[in-house]
Order: sequence, then C-alpha cells, then structure tokens
Amino acid sequence: MHPIIEISDLSFSYPDGKQALREISFKVMAGEKVALVGANGAGKSTLLLHLNGILRGKGNIRIQGLEIKRDNLAKIRAAVGMIFQNPDDQLFSPTVFEDVAYGPIYQGLDKEIVFRRVVQALQAVQMQNHADRNPHHLSHGEKKRIAIATVLSMQPDILVFDEPTAGLDPRTRRELIEWLSGLPQTLLVATHDLGLVARLTRRTVILNNGQIVADAATAQILGDEDLLMRNGLR
Amino acid sequence: MQHLYIHNQSVVHQADARVKLILSLAFVLFLSLTPQRAWAAYILFLTLSLSVALISRLGVGFVLRRALVAMPFVLAALPLIFRESVSLSTWSLTPAIRLTYSPPGLERFASIAIKTWISAQAAVLLAATTRFPDLLVGLRQLRIPSLFLAIIGLMWRYLFVISEEVMRMVRGRASRSAAAGGGRRAGGSLVWRAGVTGGMAGSLFLRSLERSERIYAAMLARGYNGEPVAIDTAPLSSRDRIGIALGVALLTFFSLLGVASGG
Repeated sequence: MHPIIEISDLSFSYPDGKQALREISFKVMAGEKVALVGANGAGKSTLLLHLNGILRGKGNIRIQGLEIKRDNLAKIRAAVGMIFQNPDDQLFSPTVFEDVAYGPIYQGLDKEIVFRRVVQALQAVQMQNHADRNPHHLSHGEKKRIAIATVLSMQPDILVFDEPTAGLDPRTRRELIEWLSGLPQTLLVATHDLGLVARLTRRTVILNNGQIVADAATAQILGDEDLLMRNGLR
Repeated sequence: MQHLYIHNQSVVHQADARVKLILSLAFVLFLSLTPQRAWAAYILFLTLSLSVALISRLGVGFVLRRALVAMPFVLAALPLIFRESVSLSTWSLTPAIRLTYSPPGLERFASIAIKTWISAQAAVLLAATTRFPDLLVGLRQLRIPSLFLAIIGLMWRYLFVISEEVMRMVRGRASRSAAAGGGRRAGGSLVWRAGVTGGMAGSLFLRSLERSERIYAAMLARGYNGEPVAIDTAPLSSRDRIGIALGVALLTFFSLLGVASGG
C-alpha cells in the first residue's frame, strides 16, 4: 500500500530568516489518524500549510502519490481538506450556504450536486438550520462547525485540522472529538490538547523547534512524562 | 507585505529623524521649484539622491526601482505632449502613420517625469533609512499637530493588521480552490468569482471594524484619553543644525543653477 502523505527532508524558512522546519520526514497511510503535537511555535501550523502547497519549502511532499508542484495544486487541494485554527480565516461569504458551496462550485460541479453536498455537509456538523445566517455572527463553536462543513462539502480524502479544540467549551469539544473518531478519512491533527490525542489517534508525532523528536504509538508517547516535559507539553 | 524600512549600518540610518525629514522635504521643495528643462540641475539632484543611496548601502538600483511607484501618476501629464498648441511637429513612420506632437510639450512632460521620479527617490530613501516610529517622533518634535500624527500612526498600524487578515483569508480561499477531475473546468464563472471577492471585501470590512472596536476598548482600558503621550524633545545638536544648513544651502544652489540654465 502506498502512503497517502509522504514527506521527505522538508525544510522551510520564513522570509524574515526564522527557520521553521528542519528536515522533516514522515509518512501517513490511508485511513490512519495521526496527531502532530508540540508547543507553541514548534512548527505545526507551518508544516500543515505545506500539505496543500500554500507554503513551499525545500524537500519533497507527495499527496496520494502526486508531487506538490504548481500543476498538481488544484488536485492536491481537492484531496486535502484543511481546517484552520481560526474559523474566521476560513469563512468569507455573506451566508453559511454560500461559504459551504464555495469549494464545490469552484470545482465546477453541477448545481444539484453542489446543493446536495452542501446539505450533506451541514447535516454532518448539525448546522442545517443555519444555512441562511451570516457566518460572521455565529458563536465560535458554530463557526468551527461551519468551517468543517466548508471542507466536508469538497469530500476530501485527507482532513487536516489545526488546533481543532482551541477555544471550544467542554461539551462542544467532547462532541467534536467523538465526531472526529467516527470519520473514515485520513486525519492529521495538529494540537497541544493531549486529551484529544489520547482519545482520537493511535499514532503521535512530536515536533520541537521545527524538528521531529518522536514518532510513535500515542500510548507510548503519552506515558513518557519526561519526553512530554522536555517538549513543552506538560 | 513589503517593508519600507531596510536595516543597515550607515551614517544615514543613524542620523536624527528630524534632520532626514527636513532635508527630504527641502529636497522635494527645491526640486519642484526648479524650472523646466533645467537638465543640468536635475542631474545634480539625481547625483545627490544616488549618493545617499550609496552611503546608506541601499544600492542605486534598489532606490531607482522602488521610486518607480510614482510613475503611474506621471501619466496625468501625458496630454501635455499633444495639447500644447505652439510649434507643432509631425513625426511619421510611414506616410500613413503620422503623429503630431509639440516639442515644448514633450520637454515639459519629460521635466515633470524626471522631477517626480527624483522626488520619489528622496521619499524612498527617507522611509528606507528611518524606522516608522522614529519618523513619527521626528514629526512630533517638528510640531506637527498630534491629531495628524495619531491618524498617520494608527493608519500605519492597521495597514499591517488588515494586510495580515487579507493574507489569511486568501489562504483560506486558496485551500478550497480545487479541481474535481473528470474533465470539469475548475474556477467557476467570472461573475460568481467576482461575487465571492465582493463577499470577502465585505467580511474584511466587518472584521476590521469589530477588531478596531476591540482594540479601542483595550486602549481605553489602559487609560487612553485621546491625547498622545508627551515625549521630551531634545534640541538638535549643533552638528545636526550645521548638517541641515549645509544641505539646504546645497539644494538652494542646485535650484538657482536650474533657474539660470532652464526656463
């Protein structure tokens, strides 16, 4: 079986000279759920932004066997659904419906298919009664659900979450974790919410200062207090 | 977003912001007072701005290129070439293609274009060698009304806040701009895309507005009462004063030379 995400020797520096990623290499198999943990500024978000070619570092990344380059970006972005930490960055349309429809319409799908996809996506996050609302005026938890729906409507094979539980109240957080566990897609979750990691993923990768310092079974990593402490997770 | 200030170790960078402000304004003032067709004087002004570019280690090419931002405004003067009614000439490529233009009009246009470009170089040099906060302090020390300064300062601050918001929103859109495969044309119709962009502009406005309200509340919470904090104004050193006097004298000389040679 081919890995669905394949990263080798990825390094990246921001224009101001800060080196954010150093020779990152790892693979994710189809259907796997992987947590990417690390302290603030460890490089998690920067790494995620490489998975759909928003940032382009040195090294090699393949998504479903496709190398990330200009000609493949449209296909790769259809395969990788990215949910940003701040839902405000993801919602830019006047109504929830239009926002969820953006991806499918951009893909050139027929009207009926777009409509069906939007309804399905909104049902999946239990927001079907909010289609006509302005996304800007929803609560943070509701915005988060809509942000997820905007990506689900594109039916990607890989879902990438940046801090999915940040800013959510305990019940919304618990519901989200349960919901995420039931998803069939390949899942890559960047977070420092170790409770989420314990309940959602079987594999955990620790990032520190732009480098992978551990890549092992979640149970093993969460059991190593010393390792967590060293990497700013305790 | 491209940053205006370029950090270097140089005499120009270390000079007092007030000195640079006064000399830059004097430079632009005297250059604009120099009459048209004073080509020799223009060369002197250009030499001066490029010397500063070299001394400040920004590089001649950098300053010349960046000063080109002012060029679109020069287009407003383009009609001069054809509108002057005196001494028209005709230029013809073939008997069929003929262009009637006025040589004095062309000279006026060239003068305006050159003066604009050199003035923009002075502005580029000032902005690239002086940190923006220093520039604000300099302006305040020169007794520019504090309301103006508050407006300029907040505008500068929010320019970056808003450009970052735009960048994040564009990232969010790019992540969902994908192709479905199966020979479907991706991208949607032009009208739909324009609508989406309009929606983005609308949400940007809403977000900026609410954000500015939050920031204003935070400013009030820390005791902001509309008055900028007073700062002490150290008087200019005698070296600075001599520098300003010499600079202005040189600029006056260039300009007078232009009056004598141009017209």
